[in-house]
Amino acid sequence: MSDNMNVILTMKLLLCALLLPFAAMAQGFAGLGTGADGFAVPEPDPTFAFPADHGPHPEYRIEWWYLTANLTGPDGTPYGLQWTLFRSALEPKEDAGWKSPQIWFAHAAVTTPSKHFATERFARGGVGIAGVQAAPFRAWIDEWALEGPDFDTLTMRAGGPDFAYDMTLDAQGPLVFHGADGFSVKSESGQASYYYSQPFYDIQGTLKLPEGDIPVTGTAWLDREWSSQPLADNQSGWDWFSLSFDDGAKMMGFQLRQTDGSDYTSSTWIAPNGTTTSFGDGAFAAEPLKTASVQGRDIPTSWQVTLPQKDVDVTVRALNDDSWMGLSIPYWEGPVTVTGSHSGTGYLEMTGYQ
Amino acid sequence: MIRVCAGALLSHWRRNPLQLFTFLGGLALATALWAGVQAINAEARASYEAAASTLGEGRFDQLVPKTGNSISQDTFVALRRSGWLVSPVIEGRLGDARLVGIDPLSAPGDIAPRQMSDLAQPLTAAQAASVFVSAETAPLLPEGTAFVVDADIAPGVALADIGVAQDLLGRDDLSRLVVLPRQPLVQAVLVDVAPDLRMQDSQQSSNVAQLTDSFHLNLTAFGLLSFAVGLFIVHSTIGLAFEQRRGMIRTLRSLGVPLRILVTLIAIEMMTLALLAAGIGVLLGYMIAALLLPDVAATLRGLYGAQITGALQFRTEWWLSGLIIAMVGTAVALSGRLWQIANMPLLASVRPRAWVLASGAQQRVQAALALALLVIAGIMVVVASGLVAGFVMLGCLLMGAALLLPVLVGVVLRIAGRFAKGPVSQWFWADTTQQLPGLSLALMSLLLAISANIGVATMVSSFRLTFEAFLDQRLAPELFIQVDDAQSARQIEQYLLKKTDEVLPLLEGQTEVLGLPSQLFGIRVGATYRQNWVFLESAPGTWDLVADAQGAIVNEQLARKVGLWVGDDVPLPLGESLPIVGVVGDYGNPLGQVYVTETVFARYFPDFVPDRFGVRTSDVASLRADLSRDLGLSDSAMINQEEIKAFSIQVFERTFSVTAALNVLTLAVASFAMLMSLLTLADLRVPQLAPVWALGLTRRDLGRLELIRACALAGLVFVCAIPLGLALAWILLAIVNVEAFGWKLPMHLFPGDYARLGVYAIIAATLAAAWPAWRLMRTPPSALLKVFAHER
Repeated sequence: MSDNMNVILTMKLLLCALLLPFAAMAQGFAGLGTGADGFAVPEPDPTFAFPADHGPHPEYRIEWWYLTANLTGPDGTPYGLQWTLFRSALEPKEDAGWKSPQIWFAHAAVTTPSKHFATERFARGGVGIAGVQAAPFRAWIDEWALEGPDFDTLTMRAGGPDFAYDMTLDAQGPLVFHGADGFSVKSESGQASYYYSQPFYDIQGTLKLPEGDIPVTGTAWLDREWSSQPLADNQSGWDWFSLSFDDGAKMMGFQLRQTDGSDYTSSTWIAPNGTTTSFGDGAFAAEPLKTASVQGRDIPTSWQVTLPQKDVDVTVRALNDDSWMGLSIPYWEGPVTVTGSHSGTGYLEMTGYQ
Repeated sequence: MIRVCAGALLSHWRRNPLQLFTFLGGLALATALWAGVQAINAEARASYEAAASTLGEGRFDQLVPKTGNSISQDTFVALRRSGWLVSPVIEGRLGDARLVGIDPLSAPGDIAPRQMSDLAQPLTAAQAASVFVSAETAPLLPEGTAFVVDADIAPGVALADIGVAQDLLGRDDLSRLVVLPRQPLVQAVLVDVAPDLRMQDSQQSSNVAQLTDSFHLNLTAFGLLSFAVGLFIVHSTIGLAFEQRRGMIRTLRSLGVPLRILVTLIAIEMMTLALLAAGIGVLLGYMIAALLLPDVAATLRGLYGAQITGALQFRTEWWLSGLIIAMVGTAVALSGRLWQIANMPLLASVRPRAWVLASGAQQRVQAALALALLVIAGIMVVVASGLVAGFVMLGCLLMGAALLLPVLVGVVLRIAGRFAKGPVSQWFWADTTQQLPGLSLALMSLLLAISANIGVATMVSSFRLTFEAFLDQRLAPELFIQVDDAQSARQIEQYLLKKTDEVLPLLEGQTEVLGLPSQLFGIRVGATYRQNWVFLESAPGTWDLVADAQGAIVNEQLARKVGLWVGDDVPLPLGESLPIVGVVGDYGNPLGQVYVTETVFARYFPDFVPDRFGVRTSDVASLRADLSRDLGLSDSAMINQEEIKAFSIQVFERTFSVTAALNVLTLAVASFAMLMSLLTLADLRVPQLAPVWALGLTRRDLGRLELIRACALAGLVFVCAIPLGLALAWILLAIVNVEAFGWKLPMHLFPGDYARLGVYAIIAATLAAAWPAWRLMRTPPSALLKVFAHER
């Protein structure tokens, strides 16, 4: 039996090691901020090639396919869901079989006004249990999948021990590129990522919850981002907002909290037709209005968000304060409602709250 | 008043320190045996739980192939892709180590990734082709294997990343899939995705706790038996203390002490003493357990592969249970006496003769109860089944027999008295009869101890005979060879076929017979099997039928568990079946086994290449040398038959060394009980001996008669213990064993052993009587004369 103890021990060591990049990112990017260790580094003025760039970039350390959706049930009840596939490379290459240094993680969640369901998966690349292929588009881990003939028309499923969902997505607008044409700067010292989104999905499908199946419809927002040196080492966490206003306009904004108390912010204004305006550090601002005690931590669940250049001054409130992703890497992610100068819905992600 | 009363009551112990010692010692010994056994059980269970809380095979369900030992990686991927959270495991041999490959990402476990500060080795280190071994295992690896030393890895095991393990083994498949405990809500049906796999639930795979249950139940039974014997001592001591204090109690009551206060004081007094004794007992129990635990651990490891730590901890569960059971035992013994005090006429007679007469009625009740218990035991033999029923049966039998003993001895003594010639002889028998009630509890405990010894000695010796014969049968080949890979296996087989008398490859695969996971063996029918195997039952021409693929042989465990016997068809893989042509005894193995001929085996496991061989040869040493020289076979790849036999017998001996130790302790406790009863009786009997002394028997004669009496009684008890012990052995062998292990042991008788035991019993009784007899011989004549002066 004692060999099993060691299986666990070794597993822990290994898992710690391979979670390192993501852990560092989620908990403040410490240690990995600047060094890229042979990984490719995002360069300004990128030229994207689609559909190839919907697929993985193994030469970069970290990458994700990150989908959030605001949904409504038949009785008007708001719901939120998340489907995220992360790629975290131990080496800037791909090998066949179990030797693959590409590690895949996925998170799925469903949020209701009173409950939050979250679960995760882990898999190694190379053997076929997880991966992404550009065309026809297919991103999968275990039985979870986001796939379709192209990036605009997708089906999506995921689930855990106590929930599941099965959705179809249909893009109603173009891809949008953040920062300078998809080159998104994350710090004053120049850390950056490639970052584009498809924020115009119509989504419908079924949530399988303990109380039964719920047909839902709504809108979804898919983020694509990859990088090797995501953030500077003086940054302790981030607050990320994706807001969809009732008038059809959308806004992405994030602030990276820095250890000296200041923030580094960035935002993108997305007109209803998909044209974008990017704003660098200092334009977008988010101030916590109130905090809630979530899993023993003080988490801001209500924010005052402003983007003066677009006359945005809104209050963003969590649909469910307890949208806690109590996974291997814990963080807060959940649907929000927007009131004030603009009204609408959106998603909020907060990492690095100790 | 309370203080004065308490002082008066306690003065009894001051005047009779020996009785105090009896009470404390008896209860402490009883508690010690009980607590010791419980401590061992608790330690073992804690070890099982510790193992199960990690990636124990007993903790997780597994998917295993219905036939063969291989799962394709595609099947694994298909399962994951359809919602089955399974983690792959590959197993094989690497040099002389067992190589286990796992996927750390998907393996279940209590992973705590928040301990991010503990970043030690990157996955790349695991993926680099190195294995993790303990320092002692490293030399077992083939030369040139890259390894990382990790002191915590079990001896003989090399742990590696699954990809590394596949490369090292030259395989691209998997051995089994661990099923994670929490599966998703939406999941495909297993047969649709992987029709060739079956779910082996964690209970089946190797539930160590379940396998070892019977072993612990045995220990518990012994603990209870010891405790029962100890309680006899407590009961008799309390009884005697009360008899002796009747006068004092009468006096106190006459002086006006309220009954309530008296009863309360006695209860507090006795329970305090009991608590003290139990405390001492728990400490003694700890010492007993600490002494026995290494042997128990070795036994459990040898029999079941269960790892038990050799270090003992003070766990609440056993020391508390020891204290409680001691207190409850005392309280039960005490309550009867307190009831007697409460109901005793204020001026009741205190003549000892009164209890003999009074106990006449009690004896009839006792005899009736004894018969009832024996009848229950008899009925249970016929109708009941199950391990617990077996032990209940044992309990009824032992209790009934113990209760019946004084009645039987009384009858024998009366008959003896009738045939007695001469006054001394007549007085001897009459006096013995008069002492019987005072001695009966000690005699009962002696009976239990002797019969337990006879029973267990019979079982152990029967097992030893059977087991040794079984080893001779199964380990006929003089040399066993194990090789690493299929290619050298073929090469070696060819080489051996030319050089030796007979080569017996070991073909083994997993199968399932009527829901029971079993091993399927392919055998090469030849002289060895024909000459050595002994069947419990077989059809005519067994081996010819097996060789012609017309029959199969099953082991007894399988036959009993699924209810098949010679003549029935045993289901085999692929929906086939073969008639059973023989049932073979199989000792020390919990799994079912089916034996078919090589060609039949090959149908189910077409790719199987045997890597283990038994070889018949008349010159082991030169064959070893040849193999080493011609094929470069390492010494550790070859094991001589003698080594295996010696190891197996050693495992077996350890199994029973624990039992033997407990047995000796039980006998010691019984002798102690006898000693204490005789000592306490000795004081009481002075008034009865004084007239005999006055009539002319010397003190030396009286002492001699005391010794003779003790021997006679011990002899009588021993005679009664023989049938009881044999009945005990029969229940252990034919009922408990079948329930616990799935096989029945033939019972052998060992008259020599019993005779020796009889001698021990008589010696123990003589020793127990020696001191009281010696004291009697040294009683000053004045003490005897005082009897007449103090006419009571």
